[in-house]
Amino acid sequence: MDDVVRILHYLAGSAITASIFGIFALGLNVHWGYTGLFNIGVAGFFAIGAYTTALVTTPLPSGTAAIYIQQAIGLDLPFLVGVIAAGLVAGLLAIPIGFLTLRLRGDYLAITTIGIAETIRRVFNNEEWLANGADGLDIGQPLRNLSFIPPNRYNFVYLIIVLIFMVVIYLALERGIRSPWGRVLRAVREDEVVAAATGKDVFRFKMQSLVLGAVIMGIGGALYAHYAISVNPSDFSPMYGTFIIWAMLILGGSGNNKGAILGAFIVWGIWSGTMLVTRNIIPAMWSARAPYFRFLLIGLLILGTLLSRPQGIRGEEKQVSRML
Amino acid sequence: MEALENLPATVGYGIVLGSILTLGAVGLTLIYGIVRFANFAHGDLMTLGAYVTMLFTAQIFPALGITDNRFGSLSFGWIFLLSFIPAILITGGVAVVFDRLVYKRLKDNRVGAVMLAISSLAAAFVIRSLIEILWGTDFHFYTQGLRPMMVLPLGVKLRPDQIFIIATALVLVFVLYIFLQRTKMGKALRAMADNPDLARVSGIPTERMTSLTWMIGGGMTATSGILLGLDSQLRPEMGWVLLLPLFASVILGGIGNPFGALVGAMTLGITQQVSTLFLSPAYKPAVAFFLLILILLVRPEGIFGGE
Repeated sequence: MDDVVRILHYLAGSAITASIFGIFALGLNVHWGYTGLFNIGVAGFFAIGAYTTALVTTPLPSGTAAIYIQQAIGLDLPFLVGVIAAGLVAGLLAIPIGFLTLRLRGDYLAITTIGIAETIRRVFNNEEWLANGADGLDIGQPLRNLSFIPPNRYNFVYLIIVLIFMVVIYLALERGIRSPWGRVLRAVREDEVVAAATGKDVFRFKMQSLVLGAVIMGIGGALYAHYAISVNPSDFSPMYGTFIIWAMLILGGSGNNKGAILGAFIVWGIWSGTMLVTRNIIPAMWSARAPYFRFLLIGLLILGTLLSRPQGIRGEEKQVSRML
Repeated sequence: MEALENLPATVGYGIVLGSILTLGAVGLTLIYGIVRFANFAHGDLMTLGAYVTMLFTAQIFPALGITDNRFGSLSFGWIFLLSFIPAILITGGVAVVFDRLVYKRLKDNRVGAVMLAISSLAAAFVIRSLIEILWGTDFHFYTQGLRPMMVLPLGVKLRPDQIFIIATALVLVFVLYIFLQRTKMGKALRAMADNPDLARVSGIPTERMTSLTWMIGGGMTATSGILLGLDSQLRPEMGWVLLLPLFASVILGGIGNPFGALVGAMTLGITQQVSTLFLSPAYKPAVAFFLLILILLVRPEGIFGGE
């Protein structure tokens, strides 16, 4: 019985991470799947969300900790405030980024988003006064110290919290995307000139999409940070913070919210499943290089999907107005 | 004031960095102009060239019993120069293989330029993870030991290797320029960059020319990676971190314009290096990023017009 619970607890941990990545994939689906914004800087909004909640929910270090830990602010507020603040700050940051980049061609937008994500990561890595530089910050978990939840059952609690966020975001997006607003986004994706010719302010819709996706990514970043109980600049590398999320969306099917979540669970399953395999099969001499077999696999997975099934597992659903 | 005293030396090193960037940017701008998509795997092709050279200088040639002596005060001998050839051929070959297996097929499926760019991002991770699997993530050097500085006028300090880097870059760009301007093949490539449909109906074998573009672009980039390895050290992200300055150089010079890429790369190299007088060197990519934004806002078609 204990073993079963232990395995379930482990699986719940995997499901938490997969669901958090599902939230990132939903955010990217707003950008890429519905509006055609080629954002390869997901890691930037991910980092902003994670660091915002860290600075909002932790107290300023005192006593001996103050010698080792530096942080610009520490508000000591509850988890929920941290998550909401994370979404707000990521969304606010998206506005100036949008003014700089949204009028650019797709490939230029992509290049600048790499630059934004890299700049954000380097700021957190180098500015020690801001959030403790390369060492990062430790943060707490919600409902952690309740007496009726033992530590070896905690994953179940956090899984429920993350699933609530994921389902609410999913339902809101499904509603938005079937509304007239969602149809304009897809029109912008298919042909900007036609959308503009029918009197739609293309820039404004792109900006709304960029901000909405960034808010979702910021929330995902906060949920990730509270699960990892720490934030560290190395979490927001292009591979882990951006590329794996693209793999999820492309595999699941861009332009399809169910596909985005499905892709997140499949890719995360492959990612963590191969960790067990590489750990046991690959000879010890190579074990230090084992993670790179997984990177290779993710790269090949994207290429294979693009070549054999570019619409992904689910593809985009045909969406018609309820009025018809 | 101290910053100003170091300015000539910093500009000197900026030119070295600019020379390295130039070879990468020239390849990237040709591919961008002729094959018409943003090749995000370009930085990792650069890394591949550097590692293949190390494979030949440190393992294959010594295993064959071939050894050499250093040229005067340079840190390498003729084996290193000989290793350029397999590195250029293998890196160019890998670029051609990716084109045939991935990009060409995606184009045949009428996939847009953005999807091609995404697939090249996947290619970048495939190449880099292979390098990490084969060589690990530790730093490597082509040669061990001290590499003395030469003091030039105005307090510019450069190593003999770095003068070799500048010279190699300038010679290769000049050779490419002659090739593009004077030979029939070069003219065909320029015609393709100008108008692919018109080039095809005029009887230019566009498919073969596309492979040639990847070969030249990959080979130039391999050289850029080798020179970067010679200047500092080899590590798996060495090319990826230069992707941003490479694209900034290409866009600044106008897409498809090799001479523009040279000017762009020198501008980026010097600006990034001078910025270290005021900012932490960790912010070099951020400096490239802000320069890129500035270019895109002020003159998105590049200083020389471009496509």
